[in-house]
Amino acid sequence: MSVESSAERAAAAGETLQGFQPPEGQGRSGVHGRVARHGALTPYLFLAPFLVLFCVFIVAPAIYGIWISLHDYDFLLPHKPWVGLSNYTELFTPGGRDATDFWRAMKATGIFTVFSVPLLLVVPLLVALLLNRSFPGRTFFRAVFFTPYVLGVAVVGLLWRYLLDPNIGLVNSYLDQLGVHRNIPWTTDLPWAWISLVGMTVWWTLGFNAIIYLAGLQDISPELYEAAEVDGAGKWQQFLHVTLPGLRPVLLFVLTVTILASANMFGQAFLVTKGAPGNATRTAIMLIAETGMRSFRMGVAAAMSYVLAIFLLLISLLNFRFFRMRDTS
Amino acid sequence: MSLGRIGFWVAIAALTVAFVGPLLWMLSTSLKTNPDATRQPPSWIPHPFTTSGYQPLTNLTSQTPVVRWFLNSILAATGNAALIVVTASLAAYALARLDFPGKKFFFGLIVGTLFIPAFLFLVPNYLIVSKLGWLDSLWALILPSAGGAFGVFFLRQVFLSLPRELEEAALLDGANQFQIFWRVVVPLARPALATLIVLSFLTNWNDFLWPVYVLFSPSRFTLPAGLSILQGAYTTNYPVIMAGAVVASVPVIVLFIAAQRHVVESVARSGLKG
Repeated sequence: MSVESSAERAAAAGETLQGFQPPEGQGRSGVHGRVARHGALTPYLFLAPFLVLFCVFIVAPAIYGIWISLHDYDFLLPHKPWVGLSNYTELFTPGGRDATDFWRAMKATGIFTVFSVPLLLVVPLLVALLLNRSFPGRTFFRAVFFTPYVLGVAVVGLLWRYLLDPNIGLVNSYLDQLGVHRNIPWTTDLPWAWISLVGMTVWWTLGFNAIIYLAGLQDISPELYEAAEVDGAGKWQQFLHVTLPGLRPVLLFVLTVTILASANMFGQAFLVTKGAPGNATRTAIMLIAETGMRSFRMGVAAAMSYVLAIFLLLISLLNFRFFRMRDTS
Repeated sequence: MSLGRIGFWVAIAALTVAFVGPLLWMLSTSLKTNPDATRQPPSWIPHPFTTSGYQPLTNLTSQTPVVRWFLNSILAATGNAALIVVTASLAAYALARLDFPGKKFFFGLIVGTLFIPAFLFLVPNYLIVSKLGWLDSLWALILPSAGGAFGVFFLRQVFLSLPRELEEAALLDGANQFQIFWRVVVPLARPALATLIVLSFLTNWNDFLWPVYVLFSPSRFTLPAGLSILQGAYTTNYPVIMAGAVVASVPVIVLFIAAQRHVVESVARSGLKG
């Protein structure tokens, strides 16, 4: 199943939901047969304002980006010669001008994704399971756990840089009181920098995934749990045989969205570790942005972004393949 | 109370501390003097209590005019949300209710772009914005993201679920399509339109990477882009930095509290669709 077809499926589901459609012929046809409901141009007038923006800022750049990546495109130089695929081949040539930096950045994005995605799949599920019980103040706590997400990465980054400051940060200060008498270099050394980046990202986005899980949990029919209980299934077995299968589409959605968000990681590293130590935490997006919009070497930057996009596409295809396999088994 | 029940409330309490604690610490630090903010062991209550951390933020002629950034952010996020709700609702109405050649093609094209990762647009849009003469201006924050497909997709789903009877009646009464859209569909879809406005405002307000690169002058920054400059300018003066963070947080937290149910519901439903 391709990514596109799932969206079309969602759209089609909306189509079938629409109720209240008058029976054929009624309301729209008279003696003259079908009455013209609107002029031929009307729909395009409705579409036009959006289509202008859509064409200029979505369709055009999608094509323009490929064209840029095929040129030695320097923003500041008048001559931007055609170089074919060499921006791409350079990235795959060991020792190529940007190859080392690029693959180090891809590795950084990869490390971040590999450690943050499992946590962001499991921890929010646990929180959602807690919130799925009925208790006083449930809506309130649901909103509290979601609050960091509405703050945006700049606030979250500044806040955690302060909390994680090796000398005066709250985290080291409490660790000291707990008997860890060393100043852990949370933002400047490995593996601490990764722990910081992954940890603050979990804190920041946990609520988003938890709310999606929670909606999925509430969508599972209570009768399934009752039936499982009649069959003598314990809580754990109910979780394995009712909850997890019921959550499968939601899990796929959360997995896809979380991988995409992790691959887009920029602000946390930009603000908190600034790529330290020695560019080890400089992510692919950081490198693309710096190369394209600071050094203005846009051809290479565009090529990098397409290579990253192809990686993401392959991972999404694997996800869908994996989930469909589980479906048919 | 059973053991499980106690464990449950302990977990809820621990999570609440983990989520609220850092935010309170941010607020508390913004009301401290710098020596107080760096004191060991740390204290949660400012002593002395001071708003001096907020004072440098009001200086409009400094390199870090936070008040100015605040206004820029309000302008950009409001303009962007307004543009999105107007253009997306018009387009969604055509796709949900009108018949025309090319409808399937347009819808397919618009939905197809939902799956293109946003970073692919960075470099080419930087060039497009530069050619339009909008680098270092708020137009660069207001217009490009209004081309995104989400609003149209979201509102089309909503419009399709609305009952058609009122529209049919209006049509028989001789209303034209724009009148039907404006007098019938827009009032019926008001909660969804409000949700889209809030989501667009929050997204634009928090946008970080794009403004960091397309804005250069201190007077033009939005809050998120400016905050990283503030951090650079006041390196270890944490009361000032946290005051900036509080200023950037208050509007979105107020908006979130006001529209909490809409925001949470729209996020929750996004998973059920896929």
